[in-house]
Amino acid sequence: MNIVVLVKQVPDSGAERTLSTDDHTLDREDADLVLDEINERAAEEALRLKESVDAEVTVVSMGPDSALEAIRKVLAMGADRGIHVCDDRLHGADVLTTAKVLAAAVRRVGDIDLVLAGNATTDGQASAVPAVVADLLGLPQVTHARELTVDAGRVRAERQTENGEATLDAPLPALVSVTEKINDPRYPSFKGIMAAKKKPVDTVDLDDLFPDADDAGFLVARTRVVEAVPRPPRAAGIRITDDGSAGRQLVEHLIARKLV
Amino acid sequence: MPDVLVLVDHDGERVHKSTYELLAAARRLGDPAAVVVGAPGTAARLKESLARQGATSVYAAESAEAGEFLVTPAVDALELAVREAPPAAVLVSATTDGREVAARLAARLDSGLLIDAVDLDSSGVVTQIVFGGSYTVRSQVTHGVPVITVRPGAFEPEEHPGEVAERALTLPATDPAASARITARRAAPAGDRPGLTEAAVVVSGGRGVGAADGFKVVEELADALGGAVGASRAAVDAGYYPHQFQVGQTGKSVSPQLYIALGISGAIQHLAGMQTSKTIVAVNKDPEAPILDLADYGVVGDLFAVAPQLTQEVAARRAVG
Ligand SMILES: Cc1cc2nc3c(=O)[nH]c(=O)nc-3n(C[C@H](O)[C@H](O)[C@H](O)COP(=O)(O)OP(=O)(O)OC[C@H]3O[C@@H](n4cnc5c(N)ncnc54)[C@H](O)[C@@H]3O)c2cc1C
Ligand SMILES: Nc1ncnc2c1ncn2[C@@H]1O[C@H](COP(=O)(O)O)[C@@H](O)[C@H]1O
Repeated sequence: MNIVVLVKQVPDSGAERTLSTDDHTLDREDADLVLDEINERAAEEALRLKESVDAEVTVVSMGPDSALEAIRKVLAMGADRGIHVCDDRLHGADVLTTAKVLAAAVRRVGDIDLVLAGNATTDGQASAVPAVVADLLGLPQVTHARELTVDAGRVRAERQTENGEATLDAPLPALVSVTEKINDPRYPSFKGIMAAKKKPVDTVDLDDLFPDADDAGFLVARTRVVEAVPRPPRAAGIRITDDGSAGRQLVEHLIARKLV
Repeated sequence: MPDVLVLVDHDGERVHKSTYELLAAARRLGDPAAVVVGAPGTAARLKESLARQGATSVYAAESAEAGEFLVTPAVDALELAVREAPPAAVLVSATTDGREVAARLAARLDSGLLIDAVDLDSSGVVTQIVFGGSYTVRSQVTHGVPVITVRPGAFEPEEHPGEVAERALTLPATDPAASARITARRAAPAGDRPGLTEAAVVVSGGRGVGAADGFKVVEELADALGGAVGASRAAVDAGYYPHQFQVGQTGKSVSPQLYIALGISGAIQHLAGMQTSKTIVAVNKDPEAPILDLADYGVVGDLFAVAPQLTQEVAARRAVG
């Protein structure tokens, strides 16, 4: 089996995130960058498949130089090879451009059976890139899976959404995105980390991916930020320590504010 | 006025409230044209309620298999409608399905996509709140028919009854090699509580609730206030409460009038999903808990003492009216 995992490096969500003042894109310079947590779970799912069937796992990431660290981490977990799409022209790329680039990178892998992704990134939170990649590659989208079975040329998944759950079924090749509940990812072993350094990573740019395309048409800006304003931080209001009457005091407060 | 396409969220019998919100948003840009994708006969059933909420036309994109495949039938329907008569914009609810439909549509149209709008003006400028409430951003589509997803709960539905024109769209057959089939559905148990993203009051429990049993205290307060129940990820991961109720960065974003956090520390990823709430109340026994630094009303105390007392007081006031 040929499996591709799409992973993204994101600023650590535990730290403050800022928008750069010049172009309103995410300020990556001061941020701690990590492999997006849900992507680790997509990688884990790929590696579990690799352990049960014979599979080659290619990890694909689009991002600046530093994204190579995210790729190395997945290689250290056990993936076989990487493709790093790195091009300054992709700075601030939107959902559609990102998906077009990722689809082109997946095509480079050749005959694939499964593309695995996270269901949402913690920075963009579009929850949309996998669906668009599926559209562009003509693959069935099996997204938001909290459980996955790949068997006899088909994929079945439990999709979890706000309206409940659905069982999905599709033939391979297919694209799957996983939720944060699907598994607990492994930690890379020391041996894995050492081995990852020798695994092949193909670094490509837009000219490699789209030799015939004219960039102007491809990288056209489709949206424009008119204004970005930091929201004032919330300040603490009233604080009391419960002396046995906090519930009563609270209800008076809520009534005064017409909340009850 | 130009048409504004609105994708209808429904369960076959009833229109979801988020669609009424979309119709209200759409009226700022033009005449709302509601697109119903479903089994034959669905549009006829939903037409009346859509007309009451401001739809001036209803597209029926119906086929026996439209409900059996994930996302692609809705993308096909909207694409057909756009190509037939280019609208001023396409609005879709920013639900799990809606985000995927909108993005695939935008890709096919090579259009600008704006996600998770909380406001929209007549010139098509959209307001978004990003990074869990740290920034307010205003943006605009500059290429193609704007495709916009709208955060559920951000707009008030408005009744605006009028004449409604019916139109039909012929859906192409779905290619089973390029679409996932839905073989079973299990609706989230509806219960009597309002939906998490729609509720005016949300009462959430965290790890401090201590056990699945403990959530009774959270539910009773929510019920007394007519609100929804939420949970932190730690509470969900510990198995105290089901995942669909998770609030935060990887759960739901909520923005109610009143958010009550019981036994929740206030990690940045939790705040990301609730800090745009109008009023925040927190009960935590640790005076150092970060949630107390942004609560409008913070109680340092045991949630098992404070919450039941509050529940009782609310019930007592309700009883006297
Ligand atoms: C990528 C990523 C995504 C995440 N996404 C989310 C998300 O979507 N939502 C989310 O919630 N978290 C999310 N988290 C997890 C987040 O970082 C925290 O771990 C989580 O929010 C903690 O939940 P908690 O406040 O319930 O638990 P804790 O931090 O353990 O806090 C429990 C609190 O309860 C108090 N307490 C205990 N007993 C009582 C009592 N009897 N009465 C009153 N107070 C009591 C304690 O003082 C403590 O403050 C995410 C983390 C990561 C890394
Ligand atoms: N730049 C990127 N490089 C590789 N994969 C990505 C990138 N952006 C998004 N993805 C994939 O798409 C998923 C969902 O992202 P999003 O739609 O942005 O929330 C992520 O979990 C990744 O698997």
